Amino acid sequence: MTRNVQWEVVIGLEPHAQLQTKSKIFSGSSIAFGAEPNVQANAVDIALPGVLPVLNREAVVCAIKFGLAVGATIAPRSVFARKNYFYPDLPKGYQISQFEVPVVSGGGLNIRIGSGDTATEKFVRLTRAHLEEDAGKSLHEDFHGRTGIDLNRAGTPLLEIVTEPDMCSSAEAVAYAKALHALVQWIGICDGNMQEGSFRCDANVSVRRPGEPLGTRREIKNLNSFRFMQQAIDFEVQWQINEIEEGRAIRQATVLFDPATGETRSMRSKEDAHDYRYFPDPDLLPLEIRQDWIAEVRSGLPELPQAMQQRFATEFGLSSYDAAMLTATRATAKFFEEAVAATGKGAGSAKLCANWIMGELAARLNKADMPIEASPVSAAQLAGIIRRIADNTISSKIAKDVFEVLWAGDGKDADAVIEARGWKQITDTGAIEALVDEVLAANQKSVEEFRAGKEKAFNALVGQAMKATRGKANPQQVTDLLKQKLGG
Amino acid sequence: MSELINSSLRDLSAALAARRVSAVELATLFLDRIDRLNPGLNAFIALDRDKTLAQARAADESLKVGGGATALTGIPLAHKDIFCTRGWRTSCGSKMLENFVSPYDAHVVEKLAAAGMVTLGKLNMDEFAMGSSNETSHFGPVKNPWDVSCVPGGSSGGSAAAIAARLTPAATGTDTGGSIRQPAALCGLTGLKPTYGAVSRYGMIAFASSLDQAGPMAKSAEDCALLLNAMAGFDPRDSTSLERPAEDYARDLEQPLAGLRIGLPKEFFGDGMDPDVRAAVEAALGEYHRLGATTVEVQLPNSGLSVPAYYVIAPAEASSNLSRFDGVRYGYRAPEYADLTEMYSRSRAQGFGAEVKRRILIGTYVLSHGYYDAYYLQAQKIRRLIAADFVEAFKNCDVIMGPTSPSVAFAFGAKSADPVQMYLSDIYTISTNLAGLPGMSLPCGFGSNAMPVGLQIIGNWFGEAKMLTVAHQYQKATDWHTRMPEALK
Repeated sequence: MTRNVQWEVVIGLEPHAQLQTKSKIFSGSSIAFGAEPNVQANAVDIALPGVLPVLNREAVVCAIKFGLAVGATIAPRSVFARKNYFYPDLPKGYQISQFEVPVVSGGGLNIRIGSGDTATEKFVRLTRAHLEEDAGKSLHEDFHGRTGIDLNRAGTPLLEIVTEPDMCSSAEAVAYAKALHALVQWIGICDGNMQEGSFRCDANVSVRRPGEPLGTRREIKNLNSFRFMQQAIDFEVQWQINEIEEGRAIRQATVLFDPATGETRSMRSKEDAHDYRYFPDPDLLPLEIRQDWIAEVRSGLPELPQAMQQRFATEFGLSSYDAAMLTATRATAKFFEEAVAATGKGAGSAKLCANWIMGELAARLNKADMPIEASPVSAAQLAGIIRRIADNTISSKIAKDVFEVLWAGDGKDADAVIEARGWKQITDTGAIEALVDEVLAANQKSVEEFRAGKEKAFNALVGQAMKATRGKANPQQVTDLLKQKLGG
Repeated sequence: MSELINSSLRDLSAALAARRVSAVELATLFLDRIDRLNPGLNAFIALDRDKTLAQARAADESLKVGGGATALTGIPLAHKDIFCTRGWRTSCGSKMLENFVSPYDAHVVEKLAAAGMVTLGKLNMDEFAMGSSNETSHFGPVKNPWDVSCVPGGSSGGSAAAIAARLTPAATGTDTGGSIRQPAALCGLTGLKPTYGAVSRYGMIAFASSLDQAGPMAKSAEDCALLLNAMAGFDPRDSTSLERPAEDYARDLEQPLAGLRIGLPKEFFGDGMDPDVRAAVEAALGEYHRLGATTVEVQLPNSGLSVPAYYVIAPAEASSNLSRFDGVRYGYRAPEYADLTEMYSRSRAQGFGAEVKRRILIGTYVLSHGYYDAYYLQAQKIRRLIAADFVEAFKNCDVIMGPTSPSVAFAFGAKSADPVQMYLSDIYTISTNLAGLPGMSLPCGFGSNAMPVGLQIIGNWFGEAKMLTVAHQYQKATDWHTRMPEALK
């Protein structure tokens, strides 16, 4: 994105997280993805005459979990309202949502923008989060000029999470969306599957000159990947700046992002915006959440990423960047903790685990497009490798070979692999000394060059010695002995 | 056998239990009578003799075996067409649902069927229960059996006319602003609207969700008590259904009334009431004095606001409740349209009648941005004031009494051109719906043109059993509830 010094960008996000309940928010139908059209739509979902909604308790538990995780206020009494509009995939002619009194309000999320030592932190405030039902799907293809309606998704529970307009670049918006995406999975309320629409974002974007009041915003709907979010916001910002610079006012509108062209285009302007005629749904009683219910949910919450990050930093002496990386997902954190526990306390063993998980393991997983849960090398196996590095049984270089063998499934643990392949490091000084003597005798040319002042020749001698032991000699010992003999 | 058309439910039950009559014979008796008399009344709008007799045969089986039979097994009844009834056309009196056959049973239908009652058919009603005269039905008006040039009241007019003509011993009704009590009054019957939440609304096509309540209609308070026993009870499918222990609404019927305090709101005895209605209601109060009750004046100072508040809240809820009738998934769809918007507008313009459209427009208006606070919120405040008035009044009395309707049944067309006059037909009944209170109407004499007059009893919250006792004791001392139209004997 081109940062224009004359313009400030203001972004607020409204992600929808599909809640991981078994059934819909107001009916007993399953919400599993991918079923044949309309087989997961019962009388309530298709809004037959006379049917009534009944709130799914599990959806409320998800909302409470979220509220606790972001330090928000859980309303002791919140109200479901009807949002009235006509659309073929909205069976009742209204969506049940929360309007004036949402279940969650306030709170916020710390985000990290950038990576490594240059990363900056920012706190994004949340306005509110409310429960609502999803609509069905209109299928415009394969119906020969007609529209097909699939109501399987109608009534799927959603948590709409609204931020304050606290983000000022697409990078911040994406960082926030990623942090939220990780959090909702961490606390187990959303599977985070963006392809299936389980997590999708609306972004409100406006620009202004520094010191001016907020500009008119346009809302980009249904961004279902972080890359699209970045592209859409960047395009939208540039478009708005161009409009204003060319003397045209921005009109409030809802826009869609077209991934094919990388552009946003207006769907409807404010003038033809709906009057949703919100009013409290008389079919549902106000939602009352008592303190004991909140306490019960709190006791079932896992340690939250922020807290775990701090603990990793203090308990294991990790940098805050490393701690953040290791708490990116619950599975990564679990893997790390298991590896550390299996390695045993020792100077630097946690740091070694961290490096291996973020380095070798992450690279291999990434290449294989695998989540850490599916890693062929278990935390215990990785710990086995690290133990042998720490006690000098193997060098770091050999450790990588051991890792490869275990990754391929050719050994039960590091010790077995080292044993079977004879990869144990030679630490016997006498054996190494004999070896060094042999190398010196066989490479008189290099010895002379070194003595004549060519430093490179020394490295060649180390290389020869290591080669002679197929990497098993301790490189430090080899270096020390060579220096001793050449210098003496 | 034909004398059974006038029998109480207890007598029918006894006759069935003693095998003096079979459920099939009883159903046939009423079906034959329906065939003969319904064309002149238009009370039934769906009949299916095979289905009815199959149900009756099943009832006879369980009567024979004995074990599964209840006090209602084998007794016929009919459902207001607002109740979804599996396998039956369920139209709600509208062209919109003219071809809608329900795939499921309403809670009330399910409960009454489970009690062994036999469904005779579906009863005509004002379209989507919006009306006080049954003139808004897509299937034509129901005629009052006491005088076929008069309306039967509404919206449960089909239920009232069918019982008054002895086409069924009992029927279900629904009451949003008086739709059980007003037709009961105009047809000389007993009808009861329970406390909001006592009877599940599941499967009852919604008009105004916060006001709608199903209840029994029959010849007597005792019959209503037995029916209510089967209809009421917690249903987890309705979030507004009240989780209370089951009760026997007939338990206190024989309790004497000595010491009963009857509250008379002066607002119910003002100028609005016709003199013939006043005379009959006052005579009934005299009877109550003879039965040992005392009367006390109470005040319902906000009751004058009940009609305006109701005509904001009910249409607001209705405008949203009726949005599902869009021609997309079921119900009427216009034969021709160019695009989606036209499909909606034409389907709804052609599928709904004038009164329904009027209320959708009112409701849409009062919920609109900029008007919501002035109308909807204001009406909700009035609603709370009205409920508070009743709380105050019930500190000094056990039940409240007054007229059910300001006039006896009026002629067709008399009020249909003037919606406000029509809306005022429910002036005495609406406040109980706004407060969620139980209310009932029972016949207490005849007014001008020998048309029935209804006495309204309003009970405290969950005071159904008390109300029924008060009505039953009166019916033991009088015979108004046993009268039937001369021409139909």
